[in-house]
Amino acid sequence: MTTMTFAGAIEDALMKAMSEDERIVIFGEDVHSIRMNLFTKFGEMRVRPAPISESAFLGAAVTASMAGLRPIVEIMMIDFIAVAVDALVNHAAKLEAFSGGRWKAPMVVRASCGGGYGDGGQHEQTLWGWLAQVPGMKVVVPSNPADAGGLMLSAIQDEGPVIYMEHKLLADYWIDGLADGGRTNLEYDIPEAGACGEVPKTWEPIPIGEANVLRDGDDLTMVSVGVSVHRCLEAAARLADRGVQAGVIDLRSIAPLDTDAVCHAVERTGRLLVVDEDYKHFSLSGELAALVMEAGIAAKFARVALEDTIPFDRRREAQALPNVARILEAASALTEH
Amino acid sequence: MQPSAELLYRQMYKSRCFEEAVTRLWNDGHISAEMHLNKGEEAIVAGVLDHVTDGDAMALEHRGTAPLVMRGVELGLLIKEFMGLEDGLCRGMGGHMHLFSPEHLAASSGIVGASGPAACGFAFAAQHLRPGKLAVAFFGEGAMNQGMLMESINLASAWSLPVIFVCKDNGMAITTSSPEVTGGNLLTRARGLGAQAVSVDGTDVNEVWRAAHDAFQRAREGRGPTFLHATCVHPDGHLLGDPLLRIVRKPVRELKSRVAPLAKAAATGGSSLSEKAASLGSIVGMLGREWKSQRQGGSDPVERQRQRLPISDAERAELEAEVEAEVQAAVAAALRSQEGRG
Repeated sequence: MTTMTFAGAIEDALMKAMSEDERIVIFGEDVHSIRMNLFTKFGEMRVRPAPISESAFLGAAVTASMAGLRPIVEIMMIDFIAVAVDALVNHAAKLEAFSGGRWKAPMVVRASCGGGYGDGGQHEQTLWGWLAQVPGMKVVVPSNPADAGGLMLSAIQDEGPVIYMEHKLLADYWIDGLADGGRTNLEYDIPEAGACGEVPKTWEPIPIGEANVLRDGDDLTMVSVGVSVHRCLEAAARLADRGVQAGVIDLRSIAPLDTDAVCHAVERTGRLLVVDEDYKHFSLSGELAALVMEAGIAAKFARVALEDTIPFDRRREAQALPNVARILEAASALTEH
Repeated sequence: MQPSAELLYRQMYKSRCFEEAVTRLWNDGHISAEMHLNKGEEAIVAGVLDHVTDGDAMALEHRGTAPLVMRGVELGLLIKEFMGLEDGLCRGMGGHMHLFSPEHLAASSGIVGASGPAACGFAFAAQHLRPGKLAVAFFGEGAMNQGMLMESINLASAWSLPVIFVCKDNGMAITTSSPEVTGGNLLTRARGLGAQAVSVDGTDVNEVWRAAHDAFQRAREGRGPTFLHATCVHPDGHLLGDPLLRIVRKPVRELKSRVAPLAKAAATGGSSLSEKAASLGSIVGMLGREWKSQRQGGSDPVERQRQRLPISDAERAELEAEVEAEVQAAVAAALRSQEGRG
């Protein structure tokens, strides 16, 4: 095993994939500087800086992929996808259905997401529930370096559109560029195991739609994704001290959802706690409750998620985002008799 | 009609002093995450805003500080907002990229190009509710490639909306050289969409003032939008702590962790040697441009206006002391408010 940072793992997997497959191209704003190493290695034709024209270059990625390329389009922050979402919702996601399965759009949208560094509610959203809602779209959110590399390979190899989100708290270069800017006097609650960790010697794709059971527990099942997975693990350790055994499932993919893994665990515990950095209503957390009910499982349910617009003020932001205290409170309420 | 050189200087100096104080607070960690300054754009903002009167609207981007300072928003409210305090302009909810002042019909957005549609809506409301009033949109040249902004110029032309589209052109879209990702010419583009278009040296407040004067007159008379293109330099880069500027200013410290992976990428596999040389060349070119932008001392708009003030040195010193005292008082009040929060 080798140790890599979250961002380093993605880059390493991309280096390998792009060396092996010349159809893979990257384009987006500032990619010559944000992906300086890839730009140097593969040249401007394969790592192409784009104008601030998201609707044009995201739309172009759809047909570039239809015509034989494997584009990775960079949308700097997932919040910015809103100006270009037509290309995904009405085109990339519809193609396979509209063509009767005869044509697909093998493209990856790579974007940073998430909060915890005080950048305000227009630059810290996750929006994965919103994007995952449209049939034909896959959405993956790795929580550690090993998954980050493996899921990137799967996203590239997938025959349809995949949105790949990297949480800014896990990717050191985003914290450096957007949060610190060279300062050393600010602190962030960065989960160590997510920002840096062991990766396999050679990259293998991690199947999209396969959750990872990180911890077993008979009393309660916590289901989460991204940075919140680490908050759950911390809460589970504290609950264990109190004699409550909580399991933790890292979904890794929002669409498709690993319904089996969730139902299997909840069947045993009878208690489901979803911890989601996305909005609470009309959401991933609501979807998981519905899936469990549809499976005929009687379970108590609670969720810790984003209730409102993320406050700019870091103090109120920390309260708004899922945190260990809120998880413990919800878990206690669920496990009280 | 002539502007008051003294008044324009006071506005520009106030904005500069204020942003220098903001920079210190940011350096000390009192302000989180990104901070985009108007430093270098003061002449553009002052020259345009001198024509704005109550009832006119402002659609701002992620650099909304100077327009609000110059419109007279209380400085303390702005600083407290940047610090995320409950008694800030927007109760600490928005931060510097999302500043709103209903009294001034001023709304900001951190989404590039969003000030275009916003100005059109303000102008449309003016046509109905406030005849003779108008809307100003501020944005950078990078935003000119954003669909919604180009659509907005067309919409404003088609509906004869009273909009002044102010394009502050520093030639760089974050780290991307704008000419390299822009087809054609921005003035021609705006004219093609039906707007009146004019270009000025945005470091000369008189030039900006005169161009804005004509544009405002046209808009108020119902003769449609103007695209006002003004060049400028951002001495602090795209944002405070700009990664490229950090490399330019402290190359050894900043490049230490970057050189090894870069050398590895250049040495092994991938594209041909000539393509790699071209890639490295464009990275060096990017840093070179950034370095050069740091040395354009003569283009400081505040200094330029200072040189031609028609008042005595003593009068100027008095004006500057007044402005500095106002800024210092606002900072002190903000720090007290933060302390009181516990």
